[in-house]
Amino acid sequence: MKLTLKIWRQAGPDAAGQLVTYPVEGISEDMSFLEMLDVLNEELIGKGEEPVAFDSDCREGICGMCSLMINGQAHGPEVTTTCQLHMRSFSDGDVITIEPWRAEAFPLVRDLIVDRSAFDRVIQAGGYISVNTGAAVEANNIQVQKHKADRAFDAATCIGCGACVAACPNASGMLFLGAKITHLGELPQGQAERDSRVVKMLNQHDAEDFGGCQNLGECAAACPKGIPLDVINQLNRDFMKAKR
Amino acid sequence: MPELIDNLYSLGEPIQDTKAPGGPIDQKWTTAKFENKLVNPANRRKLSIIIVGTGLAGASAAATLGEAGYHVKSFCYQDSPRRAHSIAAQGGINAAKNYNDDGDSTYRLFYDTVKGGDYRSREDNVYRLAEVSTNIIDQCVAQGVPFARDYGGLLDNRSFGGVQVARTFYAAGQTGQQLLIGAYQAMERQVAAGTVTQFTRHEMLEVIIVGGVARGIVARDMVTGEIETHTADAVVLASGGYGNVFYLSTNAMGCNVTASWRAHRKGALFGNPCYTQIHPTCIPVAGDYQSKLTLMSESLRNDGRIWVPKKREDCEKDPRDIPEEDRDYYLERIYPAFGNLVPRDIASRQAKNMCDEGRGVGPQVGDFRRGVYLDFADALSRMSRHEIDAKYGNLFDMYERITGEDPRVVPMRIYPAVHYTMGGLWVDYDLQTTIPGLYAVGESNFSDHGANRLGASSLMQCLADGYFVLPNTIRNYLAGGPFEPVADDAPEVQEAVASVTSRIDALLTVNGERTVDSFHKELGHIMWEYCGMERTDAGLRKAIDLIRSLREEFWRNVRVLGSAETLNQSLEKAGRVADFLELGELMCIDALHRTESCGGHFRAESQTEDGEALRDDEKFAYVAAWEFTGGDRGPLEPPVLHKEDLVYKFIELKQRSYK
Ligand code: SF4
Ligand code: FES
Repeated sequence: MKLTLKIWRQAGPDAAGQLVTYPVEGISEDMSFLEMLDVLNEELIGKGEEPVAFDSDCREGICGMCSLMINGQAHGPEVTTTCQLHMRSFSDGDVITIEPWRAEAFPLVRDLIVDRSAFDRVIQAGGYISVNTGAAVEANNIQVQKHKADRAFDAATCIGCGACVAACPNASGMLFLGAKITHLGELPQGQAERDSRVVKMLNQHDAEDFGGCQNLGECAAACPKGIPLDVINQLNRDFMKAKR
Repeated sequence: MPELIDNLYSLGEPIQDTKAPGGPIDQKWTTAKFENKLVNPANRRKLSIIIVGTGLAGASAAATLGEAGYHVKSFCYQDSPRRAHSIAAQGGINAAKNYNDDGDSTYRLFYDTVKGGDYRSREDNVYRLAEVSTNIIDQCVAQGVPFARDYGGLLDNRSFGGVQVARTFYAAGQTGQQLLIGAYQAMERQVAAGTVTQFTRHEMLEVIIVGGVARGIVARDMVTGEIETHTADAVVLASGGYGNVFYLSTNAMGCNVTASWRAHRKGALFGNPCYTQIHPTCIPVAGDYQSKLTLMSESLRNDGRIWVPKKREDCEKDPRDIPEEDRDYYLERIYPAFGNLVPRDIASRQAKNMCDEGRGVGPQVGDFRRGVYLDFADALSRMSRHEIDAKYGNLFDMYERITGEDPRVVPMRIYPAVHYTMGGLWVDYDLQTTIPGLYAVGESNFSDHGANRLGASSLMQCLADGYFVLPNTIRNYLAGGPFEPVADDAPEVQEAVASVTSRIDALLTVNGERTVDSFHKELGHIMWEYCGMERTDAGLRKAIDLIRSLREEFWRNVRVLGSAETLNQSLEKAGRVADFLELGELMCIDALHRTESCGGHFRAESQTEDGEALRDDEKFAYVAAWEFTGGDRGPLEPPVLHKEDLVYKFIELKQRSYK
C-alpha cells in the first residue's frame, strides 16, 4: 500500500506545532498501525530527520499506553486500541491524519505524546479500597454475587488510555471515573468508602480541568474496552446518594 | 590472573545463601520473620527506599513499604505505574488454597514448582513462595480484585499448565491486569498519603554505591532529559526480565535490562542468565517489520489440536483442503500420554523441529515458514459455537484482529516466542543482591523458578516478593540505620552521574549509518538462532563472536539523532540496546558452560534417546552466578563464575518424563 500521512509534529509543550505530510510506500496490510509508524521512523532516521515521537508499550491492547487520533477518531476506525489496529482497515492511497489526544487535562509533551498523569491523580483521590497489606481476611469469607462480580470485572477492564476524554467534545473524564466507581462500588469490600470515594474522585476530576458530561456517548463509542455509558449513570447515582 | 576456561571465563569462589534460617522447611519463614530485626514506626519515617519498576513486584512493594511508614520513591519509564508489563499476563495466579479439596497443599505447590523448575531452584525460597501464596489471594480480594467467581459467589479455580490440581485463580484472560490495577491502586493510596513519591517517565541509568553499599540511583527524566540523582537508604530493583534481548518477544516495547545490568556492572552477581522461557503458543511472525509477538493463552491447548502437514508440498495449501491422513498431529504421536498438553519447552521445541524439517506453515519469513496449526475443528464439532466462544471467544477475536483470520473457520497458526526469563540478579533468601542494600524482586531476580517457570507462577512470585517477603526482610537491613546522608557532590555520586552523561554523549556523537532498531534486530536474530530453543557448542561460540563484532560496530556506527535535553526515544532505545549487547554475550557464555540440558535450556548435545532434555545433576546442580569484571563500549573482560551448590534436602531429584 501507498499512503499519505499527515502527522502532528511539535517539538515541545511550548513550541508551535503543525501537520507535516509524509508519503509512505510498501505498507503491508498485516502490519499494525504502529509498525507502519515504525517503518516511517526508520526511514526518517535514515534521512537524518528526527523520528515521530509516540507512546506505546505492550502493543497488545492492555497497557493503555498507546493513544492516537486517527482521522479524527480516538484509536482510529475500529473499536480497539491503536496498537491493535491493523493496516487492513485502510486502503491503498488513503490519506491518514494522525494527531495527539487533545484535552485541557492532557497537556502535550512532544509530537503525538501527551501527559495523562491527571488520571493517576484522580485514582489517588480515592480509587482504591483501604486495606493495608496483612490486614485482609480469608478470601472466601467475602462472597460476591456472580452478577455483581461480573459487572465489577467489566468495569475494571478500563485500561486508562484516555480515548474517552479525547473523543468527548467536552473532554470529560466521566467514563474513566465511572468505570472505577462501578468496579469498586459493586463489591462488598468497596462499600465502606463508597460515598467518600465518589465525592473525592469527582472533585479531583473537576480540578484537573476535565469537562462535564452531557450524555453525548462519544466516550463509550470510542472506548476500546467497551466500557458502557451506564457507568456514568452509576457515578451520578452514587454521587447524588453521597450528597444526601 | 585466574586461569581462563575456554578463553571465555574463569572460576571464582563458590557462594552460598547465608540468610535462610535452619530447622524444618515449614518453619524457616516464621523463624526468619521473627529473627529479622524490627524498625520502630517512628524510625521508619526517617528511612527511605528507592524502588525501580512498578509492575506487580514493584508496586506491591511500594504500597506495603509506604503503609509501613517508610519514605518510598518509585520509578517507572512508562507514563503511569499502571502500565507496567505485568498487566499483560493472561492466565492466572497460583495459590495453595485447596478450595477444591483436591489434595493441594503448600507442600505440593512447593514440590510442583521445584520439579517444574527442573531441580535448579533453591528449596528454601520456593517453599516460602508456596507458603505466602494463600495470603496473596486474601490481600487481592480485600483490595477489590475481581477474580472469577462461581454462582455461589465464591472464588473459582482452574487447573493450569499441566498440574493436576485446580489452584489457579483468574480474572477472565486478564489476571495480570486486574492484579496490577489492585497493586497500583494500593500504591496510589500511599502517594495520596505522602509516603510514596512517584516518578513516571523516568529511567534508571546507574546505581550509586557509597562505601560498598547501594545508596541511590541516577535517573533520566525522559521528558526534559535532565539527569537526576536520587539517594536513599536502600534500593530495590523491580525492573522485570530481559526477554527483549531477543528483539521479538512477548515483552512490552520498553522492557529492558538496563537497571539490572547497571547493578551487575557495579558488582551484583547475575544468576543463570541463559535460563529463558519460550512460550509455545504465540502468533507467528508475519514479516520483517514485526515489532513484538503476542501470546495466545496456553489454555487453547486444552481443546485445540496441533498439527503440520505430513508432506512439505502441502505446506502452502489451504489447511482445510489437507485430508486427515495427510496431517501429522505430532505431539499426540510422540507423546501419546500427554498429547497437546506437554510442558511448554517440549511443545516449543517440537514446533521448531517440524519447521526445521520444512513442514512449517504460514508466510515465509527468511528461509522458512515458521508456524504450526492449532486446530479447533474437532472442538467445534464437539461443543456448540456458544460454548467455545465462552471459553476462547476473546482469544479468537484477538487472533483475528492481528492476523485477519477467524480461527473458527481456518486453523490458527502458532509458533513459540520468548516470554519470560528465569535468570536475573542473584539474591539470597532476603532477596538482597551481592551489593548490600540493593534488593531485587519479581522477574528481575533469579530466585524461584529454577530452569523453567510453571504457568501462573510469575504473578504469584512478584506479589509474594512485593507484599510479603521484601517488607519482612529489608527491615533487617534498615534496622542497621540511621545511615549517613549522601551528599549530592559526594565523589561516588559525581562519578555515577559522569558515567551516565558520558555514555549519553557517546551515543549521540557516534553519528553513524545504522539505526538503533537495526542493531537490536540483528542481535535478536543472533540470540534466537543460537541461544534460543536449542543451543549447541558450535552455535554458541559463533554467537559470541557475532555479538562481539556487532557491539563493536554499534559504538562505531549507530545513528542516534536529536539531543539529550528533550524527549528522545531513539536515545532511550540506544542505551537499552547497548546493555542488551553486553548481556547477550553473558547469556551465551552461560549457555555454553552449562553443557547439560535443563528446563528451558536445551543443549542439543545433552538429550535422551527420545530427544528429551537430559540433566546432569552430578556436574550442574548449581546456580551459575556471574561476576562482571570490566570493559565498556567495547570488549568485555572475561566474567568470573561463582557456583552456588543446590542442596536438595526435601525433594528427590528425578528426570522428567512426559512420554
Ligand atoms: S473508559 Fe475506555 S476509553 Fe476511557 S480510559 Fe478506560 S478504556 Fe480508555
Ligand atoms: S501499547 Fe499497550 S494498549 Fe496499546
